[in-house]
Amino acid sequence: MRVAVCMKQVPDTEARLRVHRDGSWIDEEDLAFVINESDEYALEEALRIAEKSGGEVVVISLGPERVKEALRKGLALGAARAIHLKDEAFLGGDALATGKALAAAIGKEEFDLVLTGSQSDDVGYGGTGSVVAGHLGWPHAWLVMGIEIEEGGAHAKVTREMESGLNEILRIALPAVFEVQAGINHPRYASLKGIMKAKRKPMAEPTLEELGLNPEGVGSAGSRIEVVSVAFPESGAGAEIIEGDPEEAAQVLVDKLRKEAKVL
Amino acid sequence: MKIWIVLEQKDGELHRMSREAIAAAQGLAAATGGGSVDAVLLGGGIATLAEKVAGGYALGSVRVADHPNLAAYTPGGYVAALSAAIAAAAPDWVVFPHTYQSVDYMARLAQGLGAGLLPEVTAFEEDAQGLLFSRPVLGGKLVAKVRVRGEGTMLLSVQSGAWAAESAQAGSGELVTLDGDLAAAKPDREILGVEEVGGEQVDLTKAEVIVAAGRGVGGADKMGVIEDLAAALGAEIAASRPVIDNGWLPRDRQIGSSGQTVAPKLYIAAGISGAIQHTVGMKGSAVVVAINKDPGAPIFSLSNYGIVGDLHEVLPALTKAIRRAKEL
Ligand SMILES: Cc1cc2nc3c(=O)[nH]c(=O)nc-3n(C[C@H](O)[C@H](O)[C@H](O)COP(=O)(O)OP(=O)(O)OC[C@H]3O[C@@H](n4cnc5c(N)ncnc54)[C@H](O)[C@@H]3O)c2cc1C
Repeated sequence: MRVAVCMKQVPDTEARLRVHRDGSWIDEEDLAFVINESDEYALEEALRIAEKSGGEVVVISLGPERVKEALRKGLALGAARAIHLKDEAFLGGDALATGKALAAAIGKEEFDLVLTGSQSDDVGYGGTGSVVAGHLGWPHAWLVMGIEIEEGGAHAKVTREMESGLNEILRIALPAVFEVQAGINHPRYASLKGIMKAKRKPMAEPTLEELGLNPEGVGSAGSRIEVVSVAFPESGAGAEIIEGDPEEAAQVLVDKLRKEAKVL
Repeated sequence: MKIWIVLEQKDGELHRMSREAIAAAQGLAAATGGGSVDAVLLGGGIATLAEKVAGGYALGSVRVADHPNLAAYTPGGYVAALSAAIAAAAPDWVVFPHTYQSVDYMARLAQGLGAGLLPEVTAFEEDAQGLLFSRPVLGGKLVAKVRVRGEGTMLLSVQSGAWAAESAQAGSGELVTLDGDLAAAKPDREILGVEEVGGEQVDLTKAEVIVAAGRGVGGADKMGVIEDLAAALGAEIAASRPVIDNGWLPRDRQIGSSGQTVAPKLYIAAGISGAIQHTVGMKGSAVVVAINKDPGAPIFSLSNYGIVGDLHEVLPALTKAIRRAKEL
């Protein structure tokens, strides 16, 4: 099986976020970036499928220069090659524009399967993989919690998360795009050997022309929505914050839970 | 403005969020010139529900696609049925409830139609340049204001809890058949079955007190502070998704949109940021206590009491204080 994995780099969930001076987005200076959580699970799933079937994994990321770090991590974990869509024109797209560019890169080669994460932890449009599938004319499934490739590789048995603790078991023809949900597996760690080997693995940087795309059709220019500002949410009534060192605060809280809220 | 809403139903019952989405679509219609909203209902054997919807809500029409191909949801069936109808009528807006089902096919539908996509809207307002939509970003830590540009249909989904279902205007609408050849709306996946996640479920809905662990706990070997507090309180232990994904607790202890929905007397959230997918599962709790080292964590905004600090210091102190109180 030849499996492509689309990965996005997003701010570390641990990072303290600040709004940029111009208010249009967060301040990315000095911000730590990591591979989007569900994409990491997608990569692990792809590696397992390729190992089992004797194939290869290609990692693809659209983003500025910094996303090379995410791609290198993918290579260190076992992907054979990387593709980086780095042209300025690709950046800032909505799910439709980003999916279109990714599909153009994927469509240049022959893959049996494309995996993406279910949703990015930054803008969270949750549709990029489905858009890729649409362009390729393949079936897709979102929120995938299990993939079993059937003997012969013509179909996959897929577990899809539904609401309220239920899973749906599906049978889907390949090639297909599956948008993987966090928790599907337990991702491996990169080995030192893997990290060394990654340095020699190829990283392609296809241009717009090579992918047959117009700058107006991708990235921010090709998007129907535009984020004009971000802000911390108004906290509404909000919690009564109990101050003091841990011992004091704990005692005050217990008193309040007993006497005020009457739940203890 | 021509506004449509695609209602979600299962087994002849409207999804809870469909009513919220009706309220949102009616609000959008009022803000953009006061036209009526046309509803679309897809399924198989849904005549009774269609009549109920047409007799229940203030809608221009209820366009029904009732066909065996649509009896079970598949993106193939739904996208084909909706594409043909949307392409023919060219509505300006098509509103969806932001459910796991809608997200599965909305982007695909937009791509096929050449329409725009605006998922997970929580509010809209109007300024000099037109409509400005709010949606959560970065796990709900920030809210983004988004503008729509360009021409043609926009597909928009409405996040859970953003509009009140009760504010959906009652009235009636004309029952009509959705345009298009439904025999051609073929399923693109075979549904083999449905199963409960994690097999036998621990029922957390009956717990009076819940101590919920988040990623902030930091590891399976660090769950002791949660266990001790739960023991002191006689509480059930629950968790946010990453705790389960990382294998620190079994899947049947997950609270949220993919897990259980609980409403205990007391919910203590430790090291949980408060993403919407978690809070939909616990916001009905009578009293919420949040312990988080980040004073800006969204969980504080729906908590009654909060302590800003390291949970590994606060929880042991809390356990001790509770034990002391119980001895009195
Ligand atoms: C389709 C879909 C379905 C989902 N379903 C669910 C679901 O059912 N349930 C669910 O919970 N999530 C679900 N999620 C995930 C959800 O979006 C969030 O990612 C998740 O809830 C975050 O969990 P968290 O708050 O534990 O982790 P984080 O968001 O990483 O937050 C960790 C928090 O811990 C704090 N912290 C760190 N260290 C400490 C310390 N030492 N002391 C005190 N505080 C500390 C941090 O300040 C932070 O606020 C779903 C996501 C998707 C896309």
